[in-house]
Amino acid sequence: MSSRRSRSRQSGVSRNITDDQITDLVAKLQQLIPEIRNRSSDKVSASKVLQETCNYIRSLHREVDDLSDRLSNLLATTDSDSAQAAIIRSLLM
Amino acid sequence: MTQKGVTLNTNSHKIKFARSFIRTLLKMRKNAPSSSSIEEIRKRSQRIKIAAYSSIAHAVGSRRAWSRAILFKLRNRARHHGMMRRRSMKKRVVKNDPPGDQSKANKLRQLVPGGKAMDMCSLLEETAHYIRCLSTQVKVMQTIADHFSK
Repeated sequence: MSSRRSRSRQSGVSRNITDDQITDLVAKLQQLIPEIRNRSSDKVSASKVLQETCNYIRSLHREVDDLSDRLSNLLATTDSDSAQAAIIRSLLM
Repeated sequence: MTQKGVTLNTNSHKIKFARSFIRTLLKMRKNAPSSSSIEEIRKRSQRIKIAAYSSIAHAVGSRRAWSRAILFKLRNRARHHGMMRRRSMKKRVVKNDPPGDQSKANKLRQLVPGGKAMDMCSLLEETAHYIRCLSTQVKVMQTIADHFSK
Protein backbone atom coordinates (compact mmCIF):
# COMPACT_ATOMS: atom_id res chain seq x y z
CA MET A 1 0.00 0.00 0.00
CA SER A 2 3.02 2.25 -0.07
CA SER A 3 2.75 4.65 -2.94
CA ARG A 4 5.82 6.79 -3.20
CA ARG A 5 4.19 9.34 -5.42
CA SER A 6 5.33 12.41 -3.56
CA ARG A 7 9.07 11.87 -3.88
CA SER A 8 9.12 11.07 -7.60
CA ARG A 9 6.63 13.68 -8.72
CA GLN A 10 8.55 16.73 -9.88
CA SER A 11 6.51 17.82 -12.88
CA GLY A 12 5.34 21.43 -12.93
CA VAL A 13 6.10 22.11 -9.26
CA SER A 14 7.33 25.66 -8.93
CA ARG A 15 7.98 25.27 -5.21
CA ASN A 16 10.45 22.55 -4.33
CA ILE A 17 9.45 21.38 -0.86
CA THR A 18 12.31 19.65 0.88
CA ASP A 19 11.93 16.90 3.42
CA ASP A 20 13.79 19.11 5.88
CA GLN A 21 11.16 21.80 5.62
CA ILE A 22 8.46 19.30 6.40
CA THR A 23 10.42 17.83 9.30
CA ASP A 24 10.87 21.34 10.65
CA LEU A 25 7.19 22.13 10.48
CA VAL A 26 6.27 18.80 12.04
CA ALA A 27 8.62 19.57 14.93
CA LYS A 28 6.97 22.95 15.43
CA LEU A 29 3.57 21.28 15.44
CA GLN A 30 4.84 18.78 17.97
CA GLN A 31 5.40 21.60 20.46
CA LEU A 32 1.78 22.62 20.30
CA ILE A 33 0.20 19.28 21.08
CA PRO A 34 -0.09 18.80 24.85
CA GLU A 35 -0.20 15.01 24.53
CA ILE A 36 3.22 14.81 22.98
CA ARG A 37 4.77 17.78 24.73
CA ASN A 38 4.08 16.42 28.20
CA ARG A 39 4.92 12.81 27.52
CA SER A 40 8.28 12.65 25.79
CA SER A 41 11.05 15.03 24.97
CA ASP A 42 12.46 12.57 22.45
CA LYS A 43 11.73 12.72 18.78
CA VAL A 44 8.31 11.49 17.81
CA SER A 45 7.57 10.11 14.38
CA ALA A 46 5.85 12.41 11.91
CA SER A 47 3.06 9.90 11.64
CA LYS A 48 2.44 10.07 15.38
CA VAL A 49 2.48 13.87 15.33
CA LEU A 50 -0.11 13.95 12.55
CA GLN A 51 -2.26 11.45 14.41
CA GLU A 52 -2.09 13.36 17.69
CA THR A 53 -2.71 16.65 15.88
CA CYS A 54 -5.92 15.25 14.42
CA ASN A 55 -6.99 13.98 17.83
CA TYR A 56 -6.21 17.30 19.45
CA ILE A 57 -8.16 19.32 16.86
CA ARG A 58 -11.11 16.98 17.24
CA SER A 59 -11.05 17.40 21.00
CA LEU A 60 -10.94 21.19 20.62
CA HIS A 61 -13.95 21.05 18.26
CA ARG A 62 -15.79 18.94 20.85
CA GLU A 63 -14.98 21.48 23.56
CA VAL A 64 -16.41 24.25 21.38
CA ASP A 65 -19.58 22.20 20.95
CA ASP A 66 -19.91 21.58 24.69
CA LEU A 67 -19.23 25.21 25.55
CA SER A 68 -21.81 26.35 22.98
CA ASP A 69 -24.37 24.10 24.63
CA ARG A 70 -23.41 25.40 28.03
CA LEU A 71 -23.57 29.03 26.94
CA SER A 72 -26.93 28.50 25.29
CA ASN A 73 -28.33 27.12 28.53
CA LEU A 74 -26.77 29.92 30.55
CA LEU A 75 -28.16 32.62 28.26
CA ALA A 76 -31.63 31.33 28.99
CA THR A 77 -31.23 31.63 32.74
CA THR A 78 -29.02 34.60 33.44
CA ASP A 79 -30.11 38.19 33.07
CA SER A 80 -27.59 40.16 35.08
CA ASP A 81 -26.07 43.06 33.21
CA SER A 82 -23.23 43.61 35.62
CA ALA A 83 -21.73 40.28 34.59
CA GLN A 84 -20.92 41.67 31.16
CA ALA A 85 -18.63 44.38 32.44
CA ALA A 86 -16.85 41.90 34.71
CA ILE A 87 -16.30 39.43 31.87
CA ILE A 88 -14.96 41.99 29.45
CA ARG A 89 -12.70 43.47 32.07
CA SER A 90 -11.19 40.13 33.04
CA LEU A 91 -10.67 39.11 29.43
CA LEU A 92 -9.04 42.31 28.33
CA MET A 93 -6.67 42.77 31.26
CA MET B 1 11.42 33.31 14.02
CA THR B 2 8.79 34.82 11.80
CA GLN B 3 7.34 33.20 8.73
CA LYS B 4 6.80 35.54 5.78
CA GLY B 5 7.04 38.53 8.13
CA VAL B 6 3.85 37.64 9.97
CA THR B 7 4.18 37.48 13.73
CA LEU B 8 1.59 35.70 15.76
CA ASN B 9 -0.06 38.12 18.11
CA THR B 10 -2.46 35.93 20.04
CA ASN B 11 -3.39 38.65 22.44
CA SER B 12 -4.87 40.95 19.82
CA HIS B 13 -6.71 37.99 18.26
CA LYS B 14 -8.01 37.12 21.71
CA ILE B 15 -9.32 40.61 22.38
CA LYS B 16 -10.93 40.97 18.95
CA PHE B 17 -12.52 37.55 19.28
CA ALA B 18 -13.82 38.25 22.79
CA ARG B 19 -15.35 41.60 21.80
CA SER B 20 -17.11 40.30 18.73
CA PHE B 21 -18.26 37.06 20.35
CA ILE B 22 -19.62 38.70 23.52
CA ARG B 23 -21.42 41.31 21.43
CA THR B 24 -23.15 38.52 19.52
CA LEU B 25 -24.05 36.67 22.71
CA LEU B 26 -25.61 39.76 24.26
CA LYS B 27 -27.59 40.42 21.09
CA MET B 28 -28.88 36.85 21.24
CA ARG B 29 -29.90 37.29 24.84
CA LYS B 30 -31.77 40.47 24.05
CA ASN B 31 -33.79 38.70 21.37
CA ALA B 32 -34.32 35.59 23.46
CA PRO B 33 -37.89 34.80 24.49
CA SER B 34 -38.53 34.49 28.18
CA SER B 35 -39.37 30.81 27.96
CA SER B 36 -36.78 28.71 26.21
CA SER B 37 -37.74 25.25 25.09
CA ILE B 38 -35.17 22.52 24.64
CA GLU B 39 -35.50 22.92 20.89
CA GLU B 40 -34.81 26.64 21.08
CA ILE B 41 -31.83 26.09 23.33
CA ARG B 42 -30.44 23.55 20.89
CA LYS B 43 -30.93 25.90 17.92
CA ARG B 44 -29.28 28.73 19.81
CA SER B 45 -26.36 26.47 20.73
CA GLN B 46 -25.81 25.90 17.01
CA ARG B 47 -25.90 29.65 16.38
CA ILE B 48 -23.47 30.26 19.23
CA LYS B 49 -21.08 27.73 17.74
CA ILE B 50 -21.24 29.42 14.35
CA ALA B 51 -20.75 32.81 16.03
CA ALA B 52 -17.64 31.51 17.78
CA TYR B 53 -15.99 30.29 14.58
CA SER B 54 -17.10 33.41 12.75
CA SER B 55 -15.67 35.67 15.46
CA ILE B 56 -12.28 33.99 15.52
CA ALA B 57 -12.12 34.01 11.71
CA HIS B 58 -12.94 37.72 11.66
CA ALA B 59 -10.37 38.40 14.38
CA VAL B 60 -7.65 36.75 12.30
CA GLY B 61 -9.02 38.25 9.08
CA SER B 62 -7.68 37.35 5.68
CA ARG B 63 -4.16 36.85 6.94
CA ARG B 64 -4.47 33.09 7.07
CA ALA B 65 -5.81 30.55 4.60
CA TRP B 66 -7.87 28.77 7.27
CA SER B 67 -9.62 31.96 8.38
CA ARG B 68 -10.25 32.94 4.77
CA ALA B 69 -11.81 29.51 4.22
CA ILE B 70 -14.20 29.99 7.16
CA LEU B 71 -15.16 33.51 6.05
CA PHE B 72 -15.70 32.29 2.49
CA LYS B 73 -17.91 29.44 3.68
CA LEU B 74 -19.95 31.79 5.88
CA ARG B 75 -20.50 34.26 3.05
CA ASN B 76 -21.53 31.49 0.70
CA ARG B 77 -23.92 30.09 3.26
CA ALA B 78 -25.54 33.48 3.74
CA ARG B 79 -25.75 34.11 0.04
CA HIS B 80 -27.06 30.73 -1.02
CA HIS B 81 -29.26 30.07 1.95
CA GLY B 82 -31.69 27.35 0.93
CA MET B 83 -30.34 27.12 -2.62
CA MET B 84 -28.10 24.55 -4.21
CA ARG B 85 -24.44 25.47 -3.89
CA ARG B 86 -22.64 26.07 -7.17
CA ARG B 87 -19.76 23.78 -8.03
CA SER B 88 -16.51 25.60 -7.52
CA MET B 89 -13.64 25.37 -9.96
CA LYS B 90 -11.03 23.30 -8.20
CA LYS B 91 -7.40 24.01 -8.93
CA ARG B 92 -5.02 21.10 -9.19
CA VAL B 93 -2.79 21.19 -6.16
CA VAL B 94 0.36 19.18 -5.69
CA LYS B 95 0.01 17.86 -2.19
CA ASN B 96 3.51 16.51 -1.41
CA ASP B 97 2.27 14.36 1.46
CA PRO B 98 4.95 12.38 3.28
CA PRO B 99 5.04 8.82 1.93
CA GLY B 100 2.84 6.37 3.82
CA ASP B 101 1.09 9.17 5.69
CA GLN B 102 -1.48 10.05 3.07
CA SER B 103 -4.49 8.93 5.03
CA LYS B 104 -3.36 10.84 8.12
CA ALA B 105 -2.61 13.93 6.06
CA ASN B 106 -6.06 13.62 4.49
CA LYS B 107 -7.70 13.41 7.92
CA LEU B 108 -5.86 16.58 8.89
CA ARG B 109 -6.99 18.27 5.68
CA GLN B 110 -10.59 17.53 6.63
CA LEU B 111 -10.15 19.05 10.08
CA VAL B 112 -8.42 22.29 9.10
CA PRO B 113 -10.63 24.76 7.19
CA GLY B 114 -9.45 25.02 3.61
CA GLY B 115 -7.04 22.15 4.14
CA LYS B 116 -8.12 20.24 1.07
CA ALA B 117 -6.55 22.82 -1.24
CA MET B 118 -3.24 23.13 0.60
CA ASP B 119 0.10 21.55 -0.10
CA MET B 120 1.79 19.80 2.80
CA CYS B 121 3.94 22.75 3.89
CA SER B 122 1.03 25.17 3.99
CA LEU B 123 -1.13 22.58 5.70
CA LEU B 124 1.36 22.20 8.55
CA GLU B 125 1.81 25.95 8.94
CA GLU B 126 -1.90 26.63 8.86
CA THR B 127 -2.56 23.80 11.31
CA ALA B 128 -0.16 25.30 13.85
CA HIS B 129 -1.82 28.71 13.65
CA TYR B 130 -5.30 27.18 13.65
CA ILE B 131 -4.56 25.18 16.81
CA ARG B 132 -3.27 28.27 18.63
CA CYS B 133 -6.35 30.28 17.70
CA LEU B 134 -8.73 27.43 18.53
CA SER B 135 -7.18 27.18 22.00
CA THR B 136 -7.68 30.91 22.48
CA GLN B 137 -11.29 30.57 21.37
CA VAL B 138 -11.90 27.73 23.82
CA LYS B 139 -10.26 29.60 26.71
CA VAL B 140 -12.34 32.71 26.15
CA MET B 141 -15.56 30.70 25.84
CA GLN B 142 -14.70 28.92 29.09
CA THR B 143 -14.09 32.22 30.88
CA ILE B 144 -17.42 33.59 29.67
CA ALA B 145 -19.29 30.45 30.68
CA ASP B 146 -17.67 30.49 34.13
CA HIS B 147 -18.70 34.09 34.65
CA PHE B 148 -22.29 33.48 33.59
CA SER B 149 -22.37 30.50 35.94
CA LYS B 150 -21.71 32.55 39.04
